[in-house]
Amino acid sequence: MDVVELSRIQFALTISFHFIFPSVTIGLAGLIAIVETMRWRTRRDVYDRLSVFLTKLFAVTFVIGVVSGIVMEFQFGTNWSTFSGFVGDIFGAPLAAEGIFAFFLESAFVGIVLFGRNRVGSTVRWIAGLLVCLGTTLSAFWILVANSWMQTPAGFKIVTDANGVSKAQMTDFWQAVFNPSTLPRVFHTVAACWVVGAFFLMGISAWYVLRHRNSDVTSIALRLAVIVAFFGSGLMFVSGDLQTREVQANQPLKFAAMEGVFTTSNGVALDIIGLPPSQTGPAAIPPIAIPFGLSAMSDLDPNGQIKGLDQESDPSLLPPVGLTWMSFHLMVGLGAMMMLLMLFGAYFWWRRSLDSHAWWLRLAVLAIPLPIIAVELGWMTAEVGRQPWIVQGLMMTTKGVSPGVSATDVGISLIAILLVYALLFFLWIYALTKEIGRGPELAPAVPVVAVPVVAAPVVAAAPKTGRAKGGR
Amino acid sequence: MPSLQTVWFVLIGLLLVGYAVLDGFDLGAGIVHLFVARNDEERRSVLAAIGPVWDGNEVWLITGGGALFAAFPMVYATVFSGFYLAVMLLLGALILRAVSIEFRSKETNGLWRRSWDVGFALGSALAAFLFGVALGNVVRGLPLDGGVVYRGGLAGLLNPFAIVMGFLTLGLAAQQGSSWLVLKTEGAVRTRARRTGVASTLVVITAWFVATDIAWFDSNRVFDNFARNPLAWLGPVSSIIALASMLYAYSRRQELLAFVLSSVVIVGLAATAGATLYPNLVPSVDATRSLTVNNAHSSDVTMTVMLVVALVGMPIVLAYTGFIYWKFKGKVQLDEAGY
Repeated sequence: MDVVELSRIQFALTISFHFIFPSVTIGLAGLIAIVETMRWRTRRDVYDRLSVFLTKLFAVTFVIGVVSGIVMEFQFGTNWSTFSGFVGDIFGAPLAAEGIFAFFLESAFVGIVLFGRNRVGSTVRWIAGLLVCLGTTLSAFWILVANSWMQTPAGFKIVTDANGVSKAQMTDFWQAVFNPSTLPRVFHTVAACWVVGAFFLMGISAWYVLRHRNSDVTSIALRLAVIVAFFGSGLMFVSGDLQTREVQANQPLKFAAMEGVFTTSNGVALDIIGLPPSQTGPAAIPPIAIPFGLSAMSDLDPNGQIKGLDQESDPSLLPPVGLTWMSFHLMVGLGAMMMLLMLFGAYFWWRRSLDSHAWWLRLAVLAIPLPIIAVELGWMTAEVGRQPWIVQGLMMTTKGVSPGVSATDVGISLIAILLVYALLFFLWIYALTKEIGRGPELAPAVPVVAVPVVAAPVVAAAPKTGRAKGGR
Repeated sequence: MPSLQTVWFVLIGLLLVGYAVLDGFDLGAGIVHLFVARNDEERRSVLAAIGPVWDGNEVWLITGGGALFAAFPMVYATVFSGFYLAVMLLLGALILRAVSIEFRSKETNGLWRRSWDVGFALGSALAAFLFGVALGNVVRGLPLDGGVVYRGGLAGLLNPFAIVMGFLTLGLAAQQGSSWLVLKTEGAVRTRARRTGVASTLVVITAWFVATDIAWFDSNRVFDNFARNPLAWLGPVSSIIALASMLYAYSRRQELLAFVLSSVVIVGLAATAGATLYPNLVPSVDATRSLTVNNAHSSDVTMTVMLVVALVGMPIVLAYTGFIYWKFKGKVQLDEAGY
């Protein structure tokens, strides 16, 4: 394999591995912010214990996110130095802004949230929780700004420097930041992360119920997670619709590949399920599709025209069609499954019978990885659909690599990263199961007055503070 | 009025100095902890001394990297791709120490904990050493080709000057970490940290002397600015004064002062490195190919916008970072909310 392929594999590996962790921490930070707010307002001990439990899950995930994120920060320079030189004038700014406005905030106040419970007052602790949530979300914003600019570049001009190398140069910061795909992407991604966090907590709480380890903490956690997961799943469809329309407008080839439309035509059907198309035409067995569906959705007119892949005459400028179609359709399919699960969840929540349907609870446990997989597939759709460009329309991916780095170098680093990341993933799962096994702290036992069967004049002295044994 | 690119040269220097001073002490705590903390409780107190802040300290590096990308994209591209395997090794070291800190406390098993303790020490030491190797190579100048690409590989980076510089930064981090532990711990740990502090200062002095020596015989360019501009002497002179005062402060048991002075040593040495470089960022052996503040900077629009971002953002960052250090001030206590 050549250096381009190896570098691409390495980037795909590192970004998709890294993305697991921020998606969990952004979601958990949102839940921590909610629980901390309730703790701060009601001063009820149960919220305190739930918050501490969530914080522990957050901590083990956060550290893996940080270390895999440092790799991302430098990988543009190590493996994609020509790209870095070309886009640096624009691309570096959001990365630096992420550090200054978001990552400092997040990392600094994580210290308070994790270690400072006993050192700060209730209000400071609450504000720290909110700031961690703000930091993680702003972090996502700036990183997505950088990515969005690669999809739909704006606010720049191409100049040639003294050495005759052409570069993108910033002309308008705000146009570059709020380029056409930034807001839909941020909306869709952050909503997805909230769904990841909510499914995470929902599945864990459901597991406690199934194992008869439910407590005041898990019952609040389960109800909270169901509400967030329900509204989050709904938002996924709204924001996903917005983003797909944005892609249709700005990256029509990516859109055509996502939907598997080869020839520009009217009244196009909407593929639902089936085999992926090949690079040159639809699959031999046509997918099950809703007639006129795509036209109706995209143009609000069943006979509306959809531009196909034939709008580009040079086949070398088409994205990998099958992969784009498949990652997009799998993502939407997972989204539909999650929504279905949440419809039942919301119904049981309304009937106050969440913890009495074992089949639903089991599904909730199994569903923990679904939104994470969906997030990865969405990312794949966005990145694979942009190919063969590294910056849409401006620079080809093959032209972006580092000239001084050999295939051997990348081969060595790729193998090392694979091994290290496998270990990190194992450690993460291990630490999570450990924390989940330990579980949230149980309520101090309510003083129970022993009522003797035979009326007795003496009432047993109740212990004032008893403490239930945690777990087993 | 200095030019925008000179302002950014200084700002990136400040970000990296912030990293060296702050992450320096938690890297240093890792380097010396096997020597200063002998049993489990002592090691937990070392971790507790850096626990709430090491994450935030590492952000200085990430922000420094981002700022370098924004202000001097060609430097970011050339250095990180040129030092490819060294950067990967550095990232591996940073991962190892972070994971060691986080996972050590998950089991009480002695072998488990001792293994992570070694990981914490190795990762910290390797990272501190590699920063010096990288800086040494940049200060010394790289054989850049016509496309401003370094093709010397990992072996080309391991020259005597760079290795001595690696020991210099290793010593500096150990000194910084020791003085932090003296400040934050009590009893035996504190006593031993005073010893590792003095020992690492000796490493710093020796490495500094040898590095200056090698540079003197190697190339005169390194000393050009010192002959040209007396201000360049501020760095080395303040470092020397701070080193001497630090040893005095130790002997007077002025622990906070010793830590501050150790930080001044780092600031002074960083200023020295900056003074040898300016206006170069990455000097080339063939001077016409050097990346300088004047040929590697980004556009005025970007530099101006980012200056506003830095001027608005960094005071806020400094304010809440200060608040958090203040909240965690004093000697560490082991409680349930720790490692």
